[in-house]
Amino acid sequence: MIRVAVSPAVIDVAAELEVLERDGAVASFTGLVRGDDGVATLELEHYPGATEAALERLAAAASARWSLTAATIVHRIGAMAPGERIVFVGTCAPHRCAALEACAYLIDRLKTDAPFWKRETVNGASRWVEARDGDGEAAARWE
Amino acid sequence: MRLLYFAWVRERVGVGEEEVSPPASVTTVAELVAWLAAASERHAAAFAEPARLRAAVDQAFVSLDASIAGAREVAIFPPVTGG
Repeated sequence: MIRVAVSPAVIDVAAELEVLERDGAVASFTGLVRGDDGVATLELEHYPGATEAALERLAAAASARWSLTAATIVHRIGAMAPGERIVFVGTCAPHRCAALEACAYLIDRLKTDAPFWKRETVNGASRWVEARDGDGEAAARWE
Repeated sequence: MRLLYFAWVRERVGVGEEEVSPPASVTTVAELVAWLAAASERHAAAFAEPARLRAAVDQAFVSLDASIAGAREVAIFPPVTGG
């Protein structure tokens, strides 16, 4: 079972985990907005339609590769503040290795394969966040 | 052909989407970008550094040398920064 959501709604981790509890092992990753360097707000832009399709493809690829019972990807869009949840990735499998590895795969690949762009506001000035070289390397280890 | 722009590419071009009819000599995303840049200062500013551009043809991520033959929708944007 695959669940993908791209929405401005607050992410309910407990509810997402409950949906995933269908087999012996559930793993998850939750990303929160960091307040580094005085970031006051973060805004997420995305490519409607293409984003959902990219996340569906990732979840399907992980489900096939690790024989997952369930996979969930939830990503917030719009404006959010430091400390708020921006992304949730969760997996369910019969055993922990598959669940944990698939979870790491999903968040690594989401960073490079899904069309989202972050804009941060610091001291009243806003700027687009630059992609990090490390993200490409983290995604490449799953090739 | 429908063009979509995102993030700072959208801001520099000044619109999020537009319809264009490139000549038959324009066959790749890179050629499309060059054709647009030659016609408008805003596009030229947005596309000044092709190495910082990424693209999707009909919602599939592609490299800039990919063909646009038969494409209905081409998106041009900076490297993605989600997650």
